[in-house]
Amino acid sequence: MASNASAASVTTQAKLVLLGDMGAGKSSLVLRFVKGQFHEYQESTIGAAFLTQTVCVDDRTIKFEIWDTAGQERYHSLAPMYYRGAAAAIIVYDIQSQSSFARAKSWVRELQKQGNASLVMALAGNKCDMEEKREVQAEEAEAYAAENGLFFMETSAKAAVNVTELFHEIAVKLPRAPAPTAPGVVLTNQNRAPKNSQCC
Amino acid sequence: MDQTYDVVVLGTGLKECLVAGVLSAVERMKVLHVDRNDYYGGESASLNLLQVFEKFAKERAMDKSAIAAKYGRYQDYNIDLIPKYIMGNGLLTKVLVKTGVHQYIQFRAGDGSFVVGKGGKIHKVPANDKEALRSSLMGMFEKLRARSFFVFVQNFVETDPSTHGGYNLHRMPARELYEKFGLAAETVEFIGHALALKTNERYLDEPAVNLVKAVRLYSDSMARFDTGSPYIYPLYGLGELPQGFARLSAVYGGTYMLAKHDVEVVYDEETGRACGVKSEGETAKAKFVVGDPSYFPGKTKVMGQVVRALCLLSHPIPNVNDAESVQIIIPAAQCGRRHDVYVLGAGSSHNVCAKGRYFASVSTTVETNDPQRELEVGLRMLGPIDELFYNVSDVHHPLADGVADGAFISTGYDATTHFETTVRDVIDIYKRITGKDLDLSKDDFTAADTSG
Ligand SMILES: Nc1nc2c(ncn2[C@@H]2O[C@H](COP(=O)(O)OP(=O)(O)O)[C@@H](O)[C@H]2O)c(=O)[nH]1
Ligand SMILES: [Mg+2]
Repeated sequence: MASNASAASVTTQAKLVLLGDMGAGKSSLVLRFVKGQFHEYQESTIGAAFLTQTVCVDDRTIKFEIWDTAGQERYHSLAPMYYRGAAAAIIVYDIQSQSSFARAKSWVRELQKQGNASLVMALAGNKCDMEEKREVQAEEAEAYAAENGLFFMETSAKAAVNVTELFHEIAVKLPRAPAPTAPGVVLTNQNRAPKNSQCC
Repeated sequence: MDQTYDVVVLGTGLKECLVAGVLSAVERMKVLHVDRNDYYGGESASLNLLQVFEKFAKERAMDKSAIAAKYGRYQDYNIDLIPKYIMGNGLLTKVLVKTGVHQYIQFRAGDGSFVVGKGGKIHKVPANDKEALRSSLMGMFEKLRARSFFVFVQNFVETDPSTHGGYNLHRMPARELYEKFGLAAETVEFIGHALALKTNERYLDEPAVNLVKAVRLYSDSMARFDTGSPYIYPLYGLGELPQGFARLSAVYGGTYMLAKHDVEVVYDEETGRACGVKSEGETAKAKFVVGDPSYFPGKTKVMGQVVRALCLLSHPIPNVNDAESVQIIIPAAQCGRRHDVYVLGAGSSHNVCAKGRYFASVSTTVETNDPQRELEVGLRMLGPIDELFYNVSDVHHPLADGVADGAFISTGYDATTHFETTVRDVIDIYKRITGKDLDLSKDDFTAADTSG
């Protein structure tokens, strides 16, 4: 079977992981970004290993491989594998909840411990459509993000505010030359349907 | 935890994670998966250096900065508790691809496979007719005989008797098939131990068809990736495997709880059936419970022991052409034993060690009451060893099949250096639970839902 072919196209693959409290809106952000949908009663994305979506920035095409937590954040049982090789992470909190903001900070610490200096980290204050129930001020989050080298946006998966922008901004910030991947063997299933992805 | 599930799985070893993944993804059962440890993998975990000292050598334990000064970042180590390699064309590869779990893990081929022959000399293992002709293991005439054996194996199709050489391979013992090809004792030894990967000589009296299939698995694995090795191995260590199958289960709704130090099985007082688990004053109910032997005291028996030495080196294993990730088999007869001794090596190219450091393991089935000494023949081949940790583990077998008491218990990990028996045990547990055969020939049994 073929060994890892050198990339013929200019498309770079980037693993992106979502982190944050249960209910902050991680799965909803992914669903909005990848499928343009929103569900009031969002069930965890059953059966999705990861979703892919392509973003074009200038002369570059970034194919995001987006890993959702699959619910493993609920009892703090996310496996180390989840972070491995991630190029970007979105840490999500709910602007209506100080405790979800506190959890977001602990996720940031967890990521910093991994010691991957080239990881692009984004802090997303989600559900910004719920202004009247806001508990976390944008300034507070902005200041925290600046201190910790994250970039910050308030988003709404429901109202489609800043979702595309968030992913686009991550794509812009990804280092130009991706770390060369070790030569590997590719286990393939000839019968696997090609992944759904579109470009702009 | 106070909820009702279809099944509770205890322990996040590879077998348990495979069972959880398959029951979630294929059977769509509601799974609760619990581990007493605060990390994934149980016996099949890969631990960082801090965890390794903590587990095996508290007296030598160093703090993070001491480790950093001596060995580099502790997180850069992923030390397998049970080192093995994956056969490129073996059952585990099939399951990985069928479940889509291969997408979560990056693999690299091993660099080489070696066998110790007469006089302690290390030879590269020839795996097919062409390699046999070049091998340093055999003289000219023996090479030709070995070649015709390989051609026979290569042409073998189980369902087509015309490829069976006129023999009834299901009846004929393996020993007799060797005789038909006139193979010398040393050739028989390396075919049986280095290619068919038999751990002892019992297979000689078993049907030859098993031998033929085992040799074929080796050569098909060689051919699959064309890397000069039949083995593949995950970046970051074998501990990625249980994590990958756990994620499969989670993606299909499985619930994961770690660090439940006091978790234990609850048995129905009247029927004695396993009906759930309890921890920290909470109870999860289930129709049945699956788990590794450590969660079922009194329901298993010890069938043997395996001893493993986990070693850190500052150099690759010597005398194997600078191959970093290798397997060296020391056949039992070459070291006066009944079971083979296995040496495995890996390094930073598989992200199991910091740069410039190497991991090696030596393992065997315990035969005496001084297991550590039994490894000496392998340890001698490693050169200077920086740190050595011994891991002696009992191999438990369940006393019952679980059908009557709802306690489906996996078998402990044996001394084999690959995963064929591991997956077979999982297929067996699946059958005991569901009454069905797990069909690995079917394309992609989770395909319906895996695309974005
Ligand atoms: N109002 C509002 N609700 C949202 C938004 N994003 C997600 N939700 C809701 O919040 C709940 C949790 O969302 P989910 O995506 O499952 O969160 P996750 O646990 O972080 O994956 C669901 O009921 C969503 O409908 C948003 O931007 N605004
Ligand atoms: Mg979710």
